[in-house]
Order: sequence, then structure tokens, then C-alpha cells
Amino acid sequence: MSGFKSLVARDIRLALREGGAIGTALGFYLIVIAILPLGLGPDLNLLARIAPGVLWVALLLSALLSLDRIFLNDFEDGSLEVMIIGPLPLELIVAAKSIAHWITTGVPLALIAPVLGLLLNLDINAFGVLVLTMLVGTLGVSFIGAIGAALTLGLGRGGLLLSLIILPLYVPILIFGVGSVMAVIVGPSSFTASFMILCAISLAAIVLAPWAAGAALRMKFQ
Amino acid sequence: MRLFSENLTCVRGGREIFSGLSLDVQGGECLLLLGPNGAGKTSLLRMLAGYLKPASGTIRLEDGGEETGEDITVGEACHFVGHLNGVKSQFTVRENLAFWACFLSGEKNGESDAAVIEKALGAFALSSLCDIPAGYLSAGQKRRLCLARLLVAARPLWLLDEPTVSLDKKSQVLLANAVNAHVAGGGMAVAATHLELGIENAQTLELGGRGGRQ
Repeated sequence: MSGFKSLVARDIRLALREGGAIGTALGFYLIVIAILPLGLGPDLNLLARIAPGVLWVALLLSALLSLDRIFLNDFEDGSLEVMIIGPLPLELIVAAKSIAHWITTGVPLALIAPVLGLLLNLDINAFGVLVLTMLVGTLGVSFIGAIGAALTLGLGRGGLLLSLIILPLYVPILIFGVGSVMAVIVGPSSFTASFMILCAISLAAIVLAPWAAGAALRMKFQ
Repeated sequence: MRLFSENLTCVRGGREIFSGLSLDVQGGECLLLLGPNGAGKTSLLRMLAGYLKPASGTIRLEDGGEETGEDITVGEACHFVGHLNGVKSQFTVRENLAFWACFLSGEKNGESDAAVIEKALGAFALSSLCDIPAGYLSAGQKRRLCLARLLVAARPLWLLDEPTVSLDKKSQVLLANAVNAHVAGGGMAVAATHLELGIENAQTLELGGRGGRQ
């Protein structure tokens, strides 16, 4: 287990030192949300109504920007090659790198969302729920994203392909993420039901995605 | 320990690189792979490490007569040094090694990690550079840092693919010393190289053309 922990800690430290890694996703998120009211006009009711959906869509796109980082750097400098024959099973390597991605991308995005919610006149009662659902949802985002990152590894400009593969898989997270926030703001559907399904999706991703991404990585090194 | 393979055939991109290749390395032996570019030296090493599946043939690592399994990958028992260094430029030299020491040695060995790292730094003359971010190192220094990884976790088998790339004469001697010490301690090494490494009583295996033999 010490290998697992050291890999998570290493990836987090690398992301912090790179700076740009976290900055890109956060910056993109900030810019998209900041210019949106300028495009839509100052209709506060409209903004409040679409806020949860817009915040979630922009979060997914921001996370998408940073997905290739999960494996690409280690693949290019040869670290991944050494890791996959190391003592840690490949599935756990994928899990460790996904968790590090979640901590360095998903968590900051989820935490900044309420601030951006202010720009969209989001109901203040929904802030807590928004952060909670996003923390849970981004866990699924990172793990499912690892599959796409592994599949498109080393393809060069794989960005578009990555989006095509991964965005459809994010649709359930989007629907139930927005659904649980909306349930709190407007009702009448139940928050618990949507939130439970969101948790289930993330848990399933944590269990299943490392196998899929691991298989993709094995193929890559053949 | 004994690395043993029979009748290996390597097919890459529909083209047969080599076939009918057998090798047998005992503990305390070093095998040098020689041959022109494209002869399959890297493919053979990657096959031994378990990255590539042989088109036919078997690779086995036998542990004191008792076989560890059928067609096992040697991966966990080996260090693989390929063309890429696996060095993170954002980390200092010491941090790079510390990560590999922690990651590669699953359970703790007798010596503490810090002592092992200092020893590895010393063996490749990196002690004076240990707090410099690896991004500032020259190509040869990065290579030395990559090779220092060999010493931070104990593995019976070293697979070295062109380990001397961008090393100067002095560093080549350091590498030869490290390999000699490893082999003298009962380890095995398989190295692909174009240069005279200065490794004592090494066997050679000539690849190239069709079907290399020991």
C-alpha cells in the first residue's frame, strides 16, 4: 500500500509544481461562467434557472481539458513504463492516478463552483448541495476519464477523440448532478433519489474504470 | 535464480524479427546482446520484461530449481531501463529517486530508504547534484539518475537497453562497476549495447539476420 500512497502523493505534488495543470481547468471554468451572463443578458431569473445546468456542463468541459494529463506525462518520459512492471497492480496504478486527478482537478472545481454560482444568481440555499454533488460527481468524472485517457494515450492530438469517447459517458453524471441540485431549488422531485444514483454512478466508476483503463494501457505497451 | 527462454519468436508489424532464439542466464551471469539496428535487441528485452508477448516460445524465471509458474512475466523480478529515462523534471534528483525507492520496493528491506538513496546517488556520482531539479540536468546526468534507479530497489534481473546512451567515459565506468557488483552478488543482467561496457566475463548473444543463437 505504500506504493499506492506514494504514487498519489507524487502526482499531487507534480500537479502543484506544474501549476498550469490545475490552473488550466480552473481558469477555463472561471472564464466560461464569467462570460456567460454577458452573452445572455442581465435577466436574473433566467440565469438562476439555468445556473445548475451551466455550472455542471462547464465543470465537465473543464475537467475534460485536464484528462489527458492523467497518463500522458508519465507515458512520454518513460515513468509509466517502469510503473507497470512494478509491484503495484496496474489497476491500482490507474486508481491512484485517478484519485490524484480528482484531488487536483475535481475538488478545486467543485469548491470554486459556489463562487461562480454568485455570478449566475444561483439560489444561495443550493450552494451546499452544489458542492456536495460536484465532489461526488467529479470522482466519477476522474475515474471514467481515466479510461478515455488510457485509450487515447500516445495518439498525439487525441483531444477530440477523448471528448468523443468520454462525454457520452458523462451524461448520467450530468443528468443526476443537475437533477439533485434542481430538486433542492425548485422541487418537486426528491434530492435523495438523484443524489443516491449519482453516488452509485461514481462508485461503479471507481470499481470498474481501473480495469478498463488498465486493459487499455496493457494494449498500449504491447 | 535462472532466466531461461526457449525458441522465442518475435513478430512486429507482421514482420518476423527473430525466431528460434534461446537464452539461458544463470545467477551471477551477464549477457550482452549485440547486433545491428533493427536486429530485435529492444524487442527481446521488452519481451523478457513482459511488455511484449512472444509469438511463440517460453520465458521462465526459475527460482532455485522450483519453477515460479508457467509462462510468467519476469516483470516484478526485473529492472527495465529503456530508451526513456523516467525522470520527472519538476522533482529534484533526490525526490526522483525517493519516489522510485518507495514505489518499487513494495516491502521494506533492511536498510532504511534514505541510506539506500544516498548510496545510489554516490554510486552514480550524483551526490553533489541531489537538490537540483532534474529538469536542469544534462542528458548524461539524467541518464545517470535513471540508472541510479537500479540500486534503490533490489531486483535479481536487470534488463538494460542501450544503458550507455549519452554517458561519458567516467560514467560508463560507474555503470560497469554497478553491473559488475550486481552480477558478483549473484544477480543477472541482460544488456543491449553497441559499446564495450567493460563488464567482466560477460557472455554475448549475437542478434541479426535470421535466428540468433547463443
